[in-house]
Amino acid sequence: MTEATKYTFKDFASDQEVRWCPGCDDYVILRSMQKALPEMGIKKEDVVFISGIGCSSRFPYYIDSYGMHSIHGRAPAIASGVKLANPDLSVWVITGDGDSLAIGGNHFIHVLRRNLDLNVILFNNEIYGLTKGQFSPTSLIGQKTKTSPYGNTQPPFHPGELALGAQARFFARIGGNTPKEMTQLFIEAEKFKGTSLIEVLQNCVIFNDGCFTQYTDKAVREDKQLHVEHGKPMIFGKERNKGLVLNGLKLDVVTIGENGITESDILIHDAKEPDPTMHAMLVRLDYPLATGIIRAVEELTLEEREKALTKEVKANSKFAKVDDLFLSGETYEVN
Amino acid sequence: MTTAKVKKQHEILEAVVIRFVGDSGDGMQLTGTQFSDTSAMFGNDIATFPNYPAEIRAPQGSLYGVSGFQVHIGSIEISTPGEDLDLLVCMNPAALKTNLSALKAGHTIIIDTDSFTKKNLEKALYASNPLEDGSLNNYRVIEVAMTSLTKEALKDVEGLDNKSITRSKNMFALGMVYWMYDRDMNHTLEFFENKFKKKPSIAEANSKVLKTGFYFAETLELIPNSFTISPSKMPKGRYRIINGNQATAWGFLAAAEKSGLELFLGSYPITPASDILHELVKHKHFGVKAFQAEDEIAGITSSIGASFAGDFAITTTSGPGLALKGEAVGLAMILELPLVIVNVQRGGPSTGLPTKTEQSDLLQAMYGRNGESPLIVIAASTPADCFDWAYEAARLTLEHMTPVLLLTDGYIANGSEPWKIKSIDEMPPITHKQIGGGDPEKWHVYDRDAVTLAREWAIPGTKGFEHRVGGLEKDKTTGNVSYVPENHEYMTNIRAEKVQRVQNSIPDLKSDFNDEGDLLVVGWGGTFGSLHSATKQLSEEGLKIGHVHFNYINPIPKNTEAVFSKFKKVVVCELNNGQLATILRGKFTNIEFSQFNKIQGLPFGVSELTQKFKTLIK
Repeated sequence: MTEATKYTFKDFASDQEVRWCPGCDDYVILRSMQKALPEMGIKKEDVVFISGIGCSSRFPYYIDSYGMHSIHGRAPAIASGVKLANPDLSVWVITGDGDSLAIGGNHFIHVLRRNLDLNVILFNNEIYGLTKGQFSPTSLIGQKTKTSPYGNTQPPFHPGELALGAQARFFARIGGNTPKEMTQLFIEAEKFKGTSLIEVLQNCVIFNDGCFTQYTDKAVREDKQLHVEHGKPMIFGKERNKGLVLNGLKLDVVTIGENGITESDILIHDAKEPDPTMHAMLVRLDYPLATGIIRAVEELTLEEREKALTKEVKANSKFAKVDDLFLSGETYEVN
Repeated sequence: MTTAKVKKQHEILEAVVIRFVGDSGDGMQLTGTQFSDTSAMFGNDIATFPNYPAEIRAPQGSLYGVSGFQVHIGSIEISTPGEDLDLLVCMNPAALKTNLSALKAGHTIIIDTDSFTKKNLEKALYASNPLEDGSLNNYRVIEVAMTSLTKEALKDVEGLDNKSITRSKNMFALGMVYWMYDRDMNHTLEFFENKFKKKPSIAEANSKVLKTGFYFAETLELIPNSFTISPSKMPKGRYRIINGNQATAWGFLAAAEKSGLELFLGSYPITPASDILHELVKHKHFGVKAFQAEDEIAGITSSIGASFAGDFAITTTSGPGLALKGEAVGLAMILELPLVIVNVQRGGPSTGLPTKTEQSDLLQAMYGRNGESPLIVIAASTPADCFDWAYEAARLTLEHMTPVLLLTDGYIANGSEPWKIKSIDEMPPITHKQIGGGDPEKWHVYDRDAVTLAREWAIPGTKGFEHRVGGLEKDKTTGNVSYVPENHEYMTNIRAEKVQRVQNSIPDLKSDFNDEGDLLVVGWGGTFGSLHSATKQLSEEGLKIGHVHFNYINPIPKNTEAVFSKFKKVVVCELNNGQLATILRGKFTNIEFSQFNKIQGLPFGVSELTQKFKTLIK
């Protein structure tokens, strides 16, 4: 970015009236994004938001950049096409738990596997909102919804677990009511070279109100969430005296100062460890709930691999123009 | 058609139809391709028809594992792979059983007798050996112990396993046919030299067996004469043999270069369209981005993304794949982005007949989406003209900013013929609608060209033109989401009108042979060759018959009704149950349309057509 272009969050606000329900976490996510974008050093015209279908997917209409509100579940595939066509763009996928884990499950796992340098924000509210309250692939067992009046019987996906299984290089999780941390996370996701997936625990005030309150409520947040940071001990709690240790193949919560436990016994978070075992344990924890950047392992992106291969093929090719191709190999003259 | 002038030692023929048939592992496709390429280079006009099972290696010797390659060569114009065979080359009993009925009485079968074992006869469900029971008395049978002769020929070649030896027997057959039709072996010998550079023993084996077959035929008394098919009078120029899928891929390469855009292909493997993907992945040197996606939907949606970002994007598929892409086609249509969707049609419904041909996706192409979502629909009609129609699809989508659906089919996709090589310079210009810059204050997403109604294409990276598009209905000017009733009707109508206005930039329909008379033969797409040959034959017999062939299907040429009205009867011939006929009846209520339909996974035969046309004229 040239020195002259210094944006504020207003530069990324479109002229469209935002139409989410009052009190929805989506407002927080939008505002966090509009604050994060000016900090990324990217020209506004190089930013592209692609969404699928659902409440979250209205997002691109509210950001003043290039954007496409597409069809249900397909945003990762569309975004892949955008990025492959022009790797210089900053590409963002906006999706929800129904959009990406149900109808778009296939694109979701494959975009993670391929590792293009793009960012996926998954708004997880454990419910279908726009279609008015059916259970989603992240709804809990027993959850009562329009389509599970007696309680949901389908076991849920952990988005993080699914993502790691699909070889996600970057996975982060954040509560929908923590805009400062969220803004920072968006900036980190953009910096990361490769596909970044951020799961936002997003409260749906209408159809699933309070679904994450046990973790995200201000009163309990510090005690129930472990905000991990690379290279730092995994300590949490209001009094910063709880921590994680490894007990066999499981993570245990311990109290510093009890049973001879000191801070040096607490596991250090290593987001850059290629082996995903510890990251998988972290994403599955329900006490404490791990937030922050759980995994960030850089390797070659798809566009880097493609670029290198194309360069090599071009260097060795005898074809400069298609005419050369048409006249190559077996041709014959009719007189 | 084939007219043999009965002569003595060396006959001159105008045209000949040969079919090579064997087990799916017998190398019949290679044998047929070699024979047709050699003939084309000799100067014959040719048309080929590979016919193979969906199974890669079906159980050996089984009836459903038979693979065939038919070639029609001539000194005259050849527009189909031919019908009744002059020569059948049979590598096993199953091949004989499934193909004998196509051979003209009194004509020649070459048979590998080694394969007529008890086991193979049983697998082919023969109660008795046809070589012994007199059932082939009406034909001239040339029995050759091809497998043993091949083994004998290769006994001194080192480094060959048994499998490689047996596999070379197809070259024995080819050698014999080369001698019979007075062909030069050099093309094939060079082919092996190049193909097996790193395996010289395989190259040597194939070359040796080819020559052995050739000299065997020369000395064999059973073959009393050889034939010559003189070079045909084709327009002067440089040619190559091309099949429809390759021509389609190359048409897009040409269009990308001409338009100055990079080509993006999002695709998922599906028979018989995969060869377009196989071809385009090779061309990274031209900057082609060929992306094998996780499914059909990602194939098209990645292309929509690439188009949004400024590439010339296409997606390729066959019938079932088009069904999966339907919703995304609608998205591209409402976004008003350029995109070409290629459907290489195959037998349907559902999985249907993957390796066989059919024209039964026309209505899907026209209407297979939710909502009012018209597309430009065009169809290629011969293997080589797939090049021109792919190019035209590109021109239309880039100039009119609406998706184009290009229909080909398995028959022309896999069939091959001579292509007079074109150069980029002689191709018509393609002007795309991308905005390089300008004053964004005066620009709106859905501002339209006054003539074509095409919108402009502002791609990410263009400063000041940031905008949002989407699948929700949009305001006619600003492009913001709009639920205004009148606006929706306006936008629906203008998207349809935009497609309709393509009529202004396409040529008139022209009837071949006669432009008025008793019967007008109407077809579209890949049936061109058969309909052309049949109509030509009858018109030469003096019947007042004409032929029109639709390549532009939506919209159709302006003068269509005028052309139809010059004939007493109109018959619509299709490899489906009457899909174009249905469309035409909706448009021209004053005209009565007869139908001739075939749904067997096979192209029309010329004789079944002429027979039908004669009855209609009576």
